[in-house]
Amino acid sequence: MTGLTTAHPYPGQLIIVEGIDGSGKSTQIALLHRWLLAQGKKVFFTEWNSSALVRRSLRRGKKKDLLTPTTFSVLHAVDFADRLTFKIIPPLKAGMTVLADRYVYTAFGRDVARGVDNEWVRALYSFAPKPDLAIYFRVPIEVSLQRILSGRTKLKYHEAGMDLGLSREPAESFRLFQSRVLVIYDDLVREFGLDVIDATADISQQQQQVRQLAARVLGLNGKAPHARRR
Amino acid sequence: MHDADKAFYGNGLPYLKVGPLKGSLIVIEGTDGVGRSTQIEQLTRWLEVQGYGVVNTGWTRSPLLAETINEAKAGHELNVTTFSLLYAADFADRLENQIVPALRAGFIVVADRYMYTAFARNAVMGANPEWTRKLFGFAVVPDLVIYLKIDVKHLVPRVLESKGMDYWESGMHLKLGSDIFDSFRRYQTRILREYDRMADEFEFVIVDAQQPVDGIQQQLRSTIGRYLAGERLARRPNPPRPRRMRTSATKRRTRR
Repeated sequence: MTGLTTAHPYPGQLIIVEGIDGSGKSTQIALLHRWLLAQGKKVFFTEWNSSALVRRSLRRGKKKDLLTPTTFSVLHAVDFADRLTFKIIPPLKAGMTVLADRYVYTAFGRDVARGVDNEWVRALYSFAPKPDLAIYFRVPIEVSLQRILSGRTKLKYHEAGMDLGLSREPAESFRLFQSRVLVIYDDLVREFGLDVIDATADISQQQQQVRQLAARVLGLNGKAPHARRR
Repeated sequence: MHDADKAFYGNGLPYLKVGPLKGSLIVIEGTDGVGRSTQIEQLTRWLEVQGYGVVNTGWTRSPLLAETINEAKAGHELNVTTFSLLYAADFADRLENQIVPALRAGFIVVADRYMYTAFARNAVMGANPEWTRKLFGFAVVPDLVIYLKIDVKHLVPRVLESKGMDYWESGMHLKLGSDIFDSFRRYQTRILREYDRMADEFEFVIVDAQQPVDGIQQQLRSTIGRYLAGERLARRPNPPRPRRMRTSATKRRTRR
C-alpha cells in the first residue's frame, strides 16, 4: 500500500536530502538550489516541519515536554501531509523541480529510534510519493556533534533525544540517540535505495557529486560547473 | 475490576511499558447530535454515586491538539489525510496521557467517541480504509462499545432542536451540494451506513437512540451494570493481529 516503492505519476521531479543534524545536508541542498536556478529550472523548496497547521501544537508540545513518541510522530506526519498537498504536489504537477530538506525517511529513522513501530510508521506515510532522487549524507556522530556545537553552542532538546531520558547531559544524549538514528539510516539506504554521500568530504566536493546526481534525474546534459571531467 | 489483560488494536505502543490495566474502557459511539454528551453526563453521575472512579475523555479534547483542530476547521484547509492525522494525534495524546494512566489506576474511562468515529468519517471522505485502520493501530481495544443508533429522520429534528447544523457535521466539505440541509442528510446517511457496517465487525452493543432521553439512559445503565457485574455481554472485538500488552502472568486474571 505504499507509494514509496513506485515512481510517481507527475511530470516534475522530486529531489530530497536526508541525514542527521549536523550532516551538512541543508548547506548542500541550498547550493543545489542556487545551481538549478542558474540553470533556468523552476524550483520549489520545502523543509521538514515547516507547515503552519501544526506549528502551535508542536511548539507547545516541545516546550512543555508533552509529546510522546506517537504524538511526535503523528504531528510530523500532519506537517508532511499538509506540505505534500499544498506545496509539493502542485509544483510536481506543474512540471517543476521540488527540493525537500528531509523527507519521510527522517520519520522512519527518528521515530523508530524513539520506539514507535517500524511497520506502523511506514503505513502512516504510505501516501508519500517516491522521490526521483534521495541523497543521504552520511556522517560520523562526532563530526556532526562538533559542527552543531561550533555553530549554535546549544543542542536542541528533541534533536538530542532528551525526551527519551538516555542521559542528562545533552551532548551524551545526542550521541546515544543520533547513533541509533545512524544505524537505522544505513538500513534505510538498503531498503529504499538512497544515494549515499560521504558528508565528511569538502563542501564543494560533495556539491559536485550532488549536482551530478541531480543532473542525471533532471536530464541536464551539462555537467556541474567546476565538475571534473574524467 | 475486570481482567487486566487488554489488547492493542494493531501495532500498539512498543516503547511504552503499559503494565496491567485494571480499569474498564467503555466507549459511547454515535453520530453527531445523537445525544452522546447528555447521556455521558448522566451516566458519569450514576457511576460515581455507585462509588466508581470515572474519567471522561472525548474526541478532539486533547490539550495538545484541541486548538489546532478548531483553527484548522475554521480555516477549511484540511483534506482527508491531514484531517485523519490530526484526529489520530489527538487520540494518541489522550490515550497515553489520560486513558492508559486512568485504566492503570483502576478508573472506568468513559470515552465520548473512539477510533470508530475516524473509521466512519474516513470511509465517507474516501480515505483508504486499510490506511486508516493501520493509523489507529496504537489504540487499546475497549471493553465495551455502546453504539447509539438513530436514523436520519429522527436525527434531523434532534440536531435542529439543539445546536443546529454545522459545516463539518453536515459534510459541507464533501461538496455534496450547496444546501446545508440536503448535505446534512446525505452525509449523515453515509456515516450511519458506515457505523452499521462496523457494528458487527467490532461487536457494538446497540442502543436504540430514537427513544426519549430517559429510555436511552436506562438502557445504557442496564448494559453497563451487567458488564460491571461481570457478565460477558459482548465478546471483545477480535482485531486482526492483536498484540498483548506486557502484563505479568501472576497479575493476569482469567475471565469466565
